[in-house]
Amino acid sequence: MSTPFFQFDIGLDLFPMLAATLAAVGCGLLGNFLVLRKLSLMGDAISHSVLPGLVIAFLIASTRSPLVMFLGAAIAGVTTVLLVELVKKYARVEPGAAMGVVFSALFALGVLLIERAAVRHIDLDADCVLHGQLETLVWYGAPQKLSELIQFSNLSEVPRQIYVLLSMVVAAFIFVGVFFKELRIAAFDPALSTTQGFNATLLHYLLMIFVSAATVASFEAVGSILVIAMLICPAATARLMTDRLHTQIAMSVVVSIICGIGGYVAATAVPAVFGKDAVNAAGSMSVVAGLILAIAIIGAPKHGLITRIIRRKKLALRIAIDDVLATLYRAEESGQNVTIRSLKQMLIGRSVDSAIAASVRKKMLLQDQSQLSLTQSGRDTASAIVRKHRLWEYYLVENAGFAPDHVHDTAEQLEHLKTQPPAGPSTDPHGKSIP
Amino acid sequence: MPVHPTIQESSQGLATRPEHSANSPLSIHAMTVAYHRKPVLWDVDYDAPPNKLIAIVGPNGAGKSTLIKSCLGLIPRASGQVEFWGLSYKQARSRVGYVPQRESVDWDFPVSALDVVCMGRYRMIGWCKPVSKKHKEAALSCLDQVGMREFANRQISQLSGGQQQRVFLARALAQEADLYFMDEPFAGVDAATERAIVQVLRKLKENNKTVIVVHHDLQTVPDYFDEVILLNMRVVAAGEVSDVFTSENLHKTYGGRLTLLAEAAEAVARASSGNT
Repeated sequence: MSTPFFQFDIGLDLFPMLAATLAAVGCGLLGNFLVLRKLSLMGDAISHSVLPGLVIAFLIASTRSPLVMFLGAAIAGVTTVLLVELVKKYARVEPGAAMGVVFSALFALGVLLIERAAVRHIDLDADCVLHGQLETLVWYGAPQKLSELIQFSNLSEVPRQIYVLLSMVVAAFIFVGVFFKELRIAAFDPALSTTQGFNATLLHYLLMIFVSAATVASFEAVGSILVIAMLICPAATARLMTDRLHTQIAMSVVVSIICGIGGYVAATAVPAVFGKDAVNAAGSMSVVAGLILAIAIIGAPKHGLITRIIRRKKLALRIAIDDVLATLYRAEESGQNVTIRSLKQMLIGRSVDSAIAASVRKKMLLQDQSQLSLTQSGRDTASAIVRKHRLWEYYLVENAGFAPDHVHDTAEQLEHLKTQPPAGPSTDPHGKSIP
Repeated sequence: MPVHPTIQESSQGLATRPEHSANSPLSIHAMTVAYHRKPVLWDVDYDAPPNKLIAIVGPNGAGKSTLIKSCLGLIPRASGQVEFWGLSYKQARSRVGYVPQRESVDWDFPVSALDVVCMGRYRMIGWCKPVSKKHKEAALSCLDQVGMREFANRQISQLSGGQQQRVFLARALAQEADLYFMDEPFAGVDAATERAIVQVLRKLKENNKTVIVVHHDLQTVPDYFDEVILLNMRVVAAGEVSDVFTSENLHKTYGGRLTLLAEAAEAVARASSGNT
């Protein structure tokens, strides 16, 4: 097939793509502080409950000017946070339940208000609240060449939504930049923040006002589903990838941009593979955001599932090697011969084969057919392990009040720790010598 | 048996002490605090003497943390006044340091030990200004004092519980306050951290600071502290350890919790032998 699945068309794609990406970046940036405060659901709550605020503002002022919409949303956002606090306090329910109750009630109120408004032939639509109206941003009669695009005269062609979104993103960056230190301390330790004179509650409300503003700015273009996805996914993804807040924020912005552009392209390109028409771009972006988060959950370098599994396997192998060597050492002490078979019987549940292979590779173990013997370095390692085991047994009996016949299993676990047991005598509670 | 022992004469240790509220780093007068209309602290009166290490002890739910938090304005008071050197908390804020309970924060938060200690200096730095090199160096030297300098760039989740507590302590030092509140700094720490904390407390005292510590281990009260507040919703007794840390007062504070009392008796015995 020679036709590409996605062909960028300035008129069709420039403004929708820009709008979606700006919305993603603004929400993604602010989402960091929601994720850090474990308040992601608050983004969900606010993005739903600004709806009645918008409708009421519209009904009062009879205009959809950005300032009026912003005021309506900000008031609704703060009201949401206040109501959540009240429900939490007086209904004595968990925060999640309080948010759930508040935002579903407010959203329903918003939908009711829209229905009433629709009866009066006012242009508000509940459907576009969910999916947005990216298609309205199409630029008819756009120039086809990049050189013709970059001209001052074209500025007037830029739709209002882009300007609104751009102001929102710039404001969000300034807010996070200026109050970075304060947002960090209020998120990490609200009590200390407040006692130092940085009122954590005030900062919280300030953040919520910005989240409300970002929500309402993004609403019209991309709808609430994308807003919710962007408030959570980029920040959560970045959180998994790094342990530094600066890096996390930078990464969340990059992820947001990838979601915006990637999701927009995917909305056209992926259905085209199956010979279908393009899907809703906002929905597609949310899917991309979810996929990126899923990839991070699985593959993140330090906190990902794969790393954790590898870490666990490595630990299991280390323990198995310790056990194999220690068992051989004890057998040497009592003058027994150990075969692979008897070793496997003694160490049920350990991966004995790989432990033997690894120990042979590390030249700690000699394997002659099925006979096993320690090399000198293997013997040294093993004696250190047995020493730890027996010192722990001594410690448990002497200091922790264990009975001598109950300490083996605990010592068996403690011997694998890097922590050294306190020094002790030369024999363990069972009369065996401590190497 | 009633949950809270009835107390006729509250704060007996105070009766003999003259009041100097302008000199006292902390003076609490008739403070009552309630949660959901249920009193947690009732009519608390206390004047902290300057330059002392002061323990707050009492059973679970006695209101120890609440006492600290309501002094700092983190929990609203139903009634009563709290003054710091005769000033309101707002006026005295920069001279008061606070170490919350370790569990009160999320230790997975993406910050380093140094970042956390720097937070102690935010008040000095002020709104909207970045943390300058000068403040970072001050924070580093505070980490040094608790033996944690080499962990400065560690993410805090990679520290042990004791090390985390020491980071909190370093952060308090970074505040350069004159009065410190510490909420259970000794809870669940290893021996090395306990020694480090005691060292820091003594050094603070040497430098004319006052430290008020919520403390659980009755046995170490006489060793670590000069003063003790025995709290169970009300102040059962408060004053010098040698005066008020008696088995009678402990009995009043803890009611019939015998295992604790046995421990306490031992501590009291040591305290009185240490004072003769």
